[in-house]
Amino acid sequence: MTLRPLGALHRRLWLPVVYWAVGALLLMAFSFPMVFMAVSSLKPDDQIFLDLKTMNAFLPTGDVSLDNYVGVFARVPVAQFLLNSAFTSALVVGLGLVVNSLAGFALTRVRWRGQTVVLGLLIATLIVPFETIAIPMVFLVSRLPWFSIDSAGLQFQEGLMNTYAVQILPFVANAFSIFLFAQYFKSIPRELDEAAMVDGASWWRVYRTIVMPLAGPVVATAAILTFLPVWNAYLWPIMTVQKEDLRPIQVGLQYFFQENVEWGQIMAYTTIITLPVLVMFLLFQRAFVASIASSGVKG
Amino acid sequence: MDTTRPPRAGAHRTRRAEARFGLAAIAPAALLLLIFLVIPTLLAFALSFTNAKLIAQGAPEFVGIQNFQRLLGVEIATVDVERDASGAIERGDDGEPVYPSARELQAEADPVLKKSELGSWQSGDASSKTYLLVGDPIFWKALLNTFLFVIVVVPVQAGLALALALFVNLRMRGSNLFRTVIFIPVVTSMVVVSILWLFMYQRDGLINQVLASVIPGYEFVDWLANPQTALPSIIVMSIWQAVGFHMIIWLSGLQTIPGELYEAARLDGAGAWRRFTSVTWPGLRHTAVFVLITITIAALGLFVQINVMTQGGPLDSTQTLVFHAFTAGYGKQQMGYGSAIAVVFFVLVLTISLIQRRLTREKD
Repeated sequence: MTLRPLGALHRRLWLPVVYWAVGALLLMAFSFPMVFMAVSSLKPDDQIFLDLKTMNAFLPTGDVSLDNYVGVFARVPVAQFLLNSAFTSALVVGLGLVVNSLAGFALTRVRWRGQTVVLGLLIATLIVPFETIAIPMVFLVSRLPWFSIDSAGLQFQEGLMNTYAVQILPFVANAFSIFLFAQYFKSIPRELDEAAMVDGASWWRVYRTIVMPLAGPVVATAAILTFLPVWNAYLWPIMTVQKEDLRPIQVGLQYFFQENVEWGQIMAYTTIITLPVLVMFLLFQRAFVASIASSGVKG
Repeated sequence: MDTTRPPRAGAHRTRRAEARFGLAAIAPAALLLLIFLVIPTLLAFALSFTNAKLIAQGAPEFVGIQNFQRLLGVEIATVDVERDASGAIERGDDGEPVYPSARELQAEADPVLKKSELGSWQSGDASSKTYLLVGDPIFWKALLNTFLFVIVVVPVQAGLALALALFVNLRMRGSNLFRTVIFIPVVTSMVVVSILWLFMYQRDGLINQVLASVIPGYEFVDWLANPQTALPSIIVMSIWQAVGFHMIIWLSGLQTIPGELYEAARLDGAGAWRRFTSVTWPGLRHTAVFVLITITIAALGLFVQINVMTQGGPLDSTQTLVFHAFTAGYGKQQMGYGSAIAVVFFVLVLTISLIQRRLTREKD
């Protein structure tokens, strides 16, 4: 304490060193496994194991090729799995945005009887973890009436098992997403609605042309928060989808992994399904981070 | 919600139209939540009192609390050591005293209420042995493992996430890069992360090789095949995957603390540690509650890692509640029993989050 100037000088010298040392360690800890995955997907198995002993494990060295990727596509219909996941995610996100924003709109800007009861029930549903209802829900969806349309026309069937619908419908309505919309809609001045109504606009029109166009940020947040769980869905589809042509990407990976010991190909598969999300994350990083941060706001 | 709006003139008809629109707008969400959330929740409770099967011949039968008896039943039974005609303690080939086995003890029990041994201990003078008998030993192991996982993961992940948030919040050069890289595992699916780490955890895998190159004389460990290291390995991986998520939550909490408070503390001569304890930490109270509750609930639901990496093994050392519910309810098709486990899980989640809420509220 007596040698304050010297202490300050000292600090100025070693602080950046410590900062960059800690930073480098963090970078290694969090990126090296992912780098190892990507790099290994380009190598034959014997090369991977040979390189484990040196830093080459993290470098595209030696016999580098896309053979593993070719192998994956030759062995399983990955393109179909990707398409299935993209299709279900897109529908969950798209339908979810409409259904949840409408509900948020109804709860904050429209008056009707029973509003407070519905809001209370909605809050109560937030505490039910998905793991609690997953098993009884399998029981339920295996007995729900459903229909299909094929060459013979409209067909009715018992049970939603092995359909796209079973991967989509349970995740469209989302209480948390409804709250995000409700919270945001509250901040938009109500005079806008009234002015439009005076001009003869219907409620539907107010929702569509006045409120929703202002809701850009919350749409992005809700989209991201509902997209990730569906793209990464696992527990639910392993129980409800056995047909290969309807299989989503994560379940496809688990099957591929179970019947395959060629690590290079497995790493190629994991890289293929991680890449789209990673690219999206890097492009829309700000929105991703904002959406995660907003999930903590209510706490 | 809002009743302060002044009624417009001649509003009767428009009020009716408004109510109609309101109901129509809430209907899709309400209907979907009813079918896919409310009914399944009620069904979990209802099925837990039945012998429902996934592929049922006929309707499920009501079996009362039988599933819960099997799940939660505990019995402590003490048996005397076997003695020969002279009253001396009988010893087996290995020289150990011989006791009636737990199986013999349960031979005449009702088949439904039959229990098996979870643990046992001998009395000091070897004259008797006490068995801890339970209906479903895997459930108790799963419960214990789940608690272990929660007890380690919650404080470590929350603390590490806070440290990372403070580090990234220094806003020096590189901060954005660090934040991005730490967050990448969060957007990567747990199935991918589990398979990648399973590869790295192998005996001849990356982690052993790296440790061997750093530690002289290091002996390779088969991380996931050893009952002592399997759960800790999954803990490390799970924290690695999810810590970035909570770092972002802490960061957004840090950014709500006004900069003037730090200025004032600095002027008062507060050092870095003092500024943290008197400005930062009090400002993060709400964030802390949220972080703790979300990590706890997520940790209690541990499933994907187990399903992909260990299937509950080795020797049930990585059994967890949700994995057990999945194996019973889906794997063995015993929906009734699986639902009973899910109900216990639900009650647990509810209790813990209520306790946490209470504890963190009292300090205000």
